[in-house]
Amino acid sequence: MTVAKEVRTKIRSIKNTQKITRAMGMVAASKMRKAQDRMRRAQPYARKILQVIGHLAKGHPEYRHPYLQEREIKRVGFIVVTTDRGLCGGLNSNLLKHSLQQIKQWKDKGAEISLCLVGTKGENFFKRIGGRVLAHADHLGDAPKLADLVGIVKVMLSAYTDNQIDALFLCSNEFVNTMRQEPTVQQMLPIVPSTEVQLEHYWDYIYEPDNAKELLDILLSRYIESQLYRGVIENIACEQAARMIAMNNATDNADELINDLQLVYHKARQAAITRELTEIVAGAAVV
Amino acid sequence: MVNTRVTLRLDIVSAEEAIFSGEVEMVFATGIMGELGIAPGHAPLITALKPGDIRVILPDAKKEEVFYVKGGMLEVQPFVVTVLADTVVRAHDIDEAAALEAKARAEQALASTASEIDFAKASAELAEAIAQIRAVQRMKKQLKQ
Repeated sequence: MTVAKEVRTKIRSIKNTQKITRAMGMVAASKMRKAQDRMRRAQPYARKILQVIGHLAKGHPEYRHPYLQEREIKRVGFIVVTTDRGLCGGLNSNLLKHSLQQIKQWKDKGAEISLCLVGTKGENFFKRIGGRVLAHADHLGDAPKLADLVGIVKVMLSAYTDNQIDALFLCSNEFVNTMRQEPTVQQMLPIVPSTEVQLEHYWDYIYEPDNAKELLDILLSRYIESQLYRGVIENIACEQAARMIAMNNATDNADELINDLQLVYHKARQAAITRELTEIVAGAAVV
Repeated sequence: MVNTRVTLRLDIVSAEEAIFSGEVEMVFATGIMGELGIAPGHAPLITALKPGDIRVILPDAKKEEVFYVKGGMLEVQPFVVTVLADTVVRAHDIDEAAALEAKARAEQALASTASEIDFAKASAELAEAIAQIRAVQRMKKQLKQ
């Protein structure tokens, strides 16, 4: 019965693994819903701040803020958002591949590249392959706060103001639906004027303090922060969705394995019984 | 022009969530230059806010509600008030400290890194990772057949 016993132990160990993957899948599903909820809650701010920026910019058409000005691009900054943990399918590999293609395109045009990394997966990757990294943040958890991102945004914005970079891109995953996450690269700086904001009014504002530029400065950096925040939250939703799928697949695979092994186990058991019976019958015949 | 409207629309939003949205009779806030009381029909205004309370008088039975914000921006149009609240107390030196920390993390994490990206190595590594995933998927398909 040794074969049967071995198979039984194997089945038990696979069942244990299956319990873990099933639990991880369920945890990921609930975390994904929470992350999606957080994405939704962050939307009104982005919309409102864009409106206010639109109003303000329209009130001062002669003033072009550096964040809105296009200049010749010789140095490019990339913020690459990856996850902190693995077991989420090809999410990080796909994103890094996509980002790398973009980076290479700029590199081929002769641009210098600076990086800002969010998440340990990106850190490990660029640690191996090199790259000039200006700022880094990781272990943000499942519910990152805007406060965790203030530092890196500040670094990248000062790099932009000091002419260390001429454009800033955000590489992160876009949550299409639970089954699909797409790596995307968006331009953050200079800010692409959006055509969505329709200005029906022109307000001659009273400014406090009496300096519209200072206010615009604050507003624009808040806007960039909120964009990065959205990117990070969306990436977490993607991570959890990808993990959920990966874990559900693993659970299904374990089911198949168990079925196959069960078959092997029954065969071995029956073979052993048959053999024993033959032995007994043979023994009886001799007597 | 006679103002017949007695309420204004107030939205308080932060980057992390929408805090309040609705019709109110009056808004009190702490601007960077001093206290503000905004009634319907107020002149257009934009100001930075100090950390402090935003007091709101609701139309029904003059009920009051108070929200605490850690600074932010206030935009006033005659019948629409928008508060873009900060979720953290902001000041130049605090931001600077956070920036320094982010830089330090980068230096610490990538101390041994060369400054040039090794594209060949990178694409080889990624190709391997993606090939592994594909192989697993293919094997799974074959198992099913």
